[in-house]
Amino acid sequence: MELIVDISSALCLLLGSFLCLSGGVGIMRLPDFYTRMHAVGVTDTLGAGLILIGLMLQNPEGLVEIKLLLILVMTLFISPVASHALAKAALRNHLVPLSDRNENNGGTESSKP
Amino acid sequence: MLIAATIAILVVMILGIIRGITGPTLYDRILAVNMFGTKTVLLISLLGFVMGRPDFLDIAIVYALINFISIIGVLHFSDSAVFRHDPHDSESTTKES
Amino acid sequence: MPENKSPDPEKPNLLPHTISLFLTLSVFWLLNSGHYTLLILSLGLISIALVLYIAHRMDVVDHESQPLHLTLKIPGYFLWLTKEMILSNISVVKHIWLGNETISPVLTTIKANQKTDMGKVIYANSITLTPGTVAVDLVGDQITVHAISRENIAALQAGEMDRRVCRLED
Repeated sequence: MELIVDISSALCLLLGSFLCLSGGVGIMRLPDFYTRMHAVGVTDTLGAGLILIGLMLQNPEGLVEIKLLLILVMTLFISPVASHALAKAALRNHLVPLSDRNENNGGTESSKP
Repeated sequence: MLIAATIAILVVMILGIIRGITGPTLYDRILAVNMFGTKTVLLISLLGFVMGRPDFLDIAIVYALINFISIIGVLHFSDSAVFRHDPHDSESTTKES
Repeated sequence: MPENKSPDPEKPNLLPHTISLFLTLSVFWLLNSGHYTLLILSLGLISIALVLYIAHRMDVVDHESQPLHLTLKIPGYFLWLTKEMILSNISVVKHIWLGNETISPVLTTIKANQKTDMGKVIYANSITLTPGTVAVDLVGDQITVHAISRENIAALQAGEMDRRVCRLED
């Protein structure tokens, strides 16, 4: 039983790290601001969630579990609000999103830093 | 496994900092700072477990709240002229000539 | 909110929401402190009373900050949303590793069929919470959505999530 919990904890931590790394790669690779926002969404929802669940499986001891759960719930409530506010501010200030229409005119290349 | 996850988070934070420094528009920078903040929360929790001191979780909770408030606070100024995205900048991401 | 119990429509019955806020704050304090001495507990009671007073003065204690009528239905919806979140995470990670040729970013508006503001906000936040789609703006019943590929928009237009949120509110 102990072994199963340990293995699943390690698996959760590994998967969460992989998702966070994917988000990090995505924030470097994707072509414009709005698509990068989706990459950050991956790290904020399932990446953070899996790492926190992995930590929860590490240490079954009272208040620590509940605090981890609190951090998880807070992350899940905060992240959509922050990214919505950011996207709305960007759209209102005329940052035009990349779309298929102008991707053909070399939009992908020009956005490289 | 905890150490591996910590290292992965550190790598992600470095990628976020690179995007924050190079990021073509202001919004990329704010996005990178936001991601850096949430990754810091995860890093603090992981470090608490690595060092065997789960008291760090209180700091992580406070950091999550401060991070959210700072992002919303910055975006409150988004009506000012600094935030206006000029499509004719050198970093023009989307506009065709 | 029970309308028949409050005689004046201008002043709805706020007692259940106040009690719910009090319970939430007490649980939050007890879980975060971990010390159960008399001094700490009375300090907690004082701060909860202060927060309740300020919240009443700000006029934020109502069915929007304390959505009691959703209590029974929200766990099932969260389970479904978690499943949806995992699926869209997988698809976005696939797009990230396969490169920029596979993505087709699109900005469009979709219709929200919810009747109350609460339902619309739940719908928009669920859209933002699933990676791959971000709700950018909400005017009337039109939600502006940015998606990383066309499949995500097609899934939203199929309206599964819309129907579930609608079922949540009645």
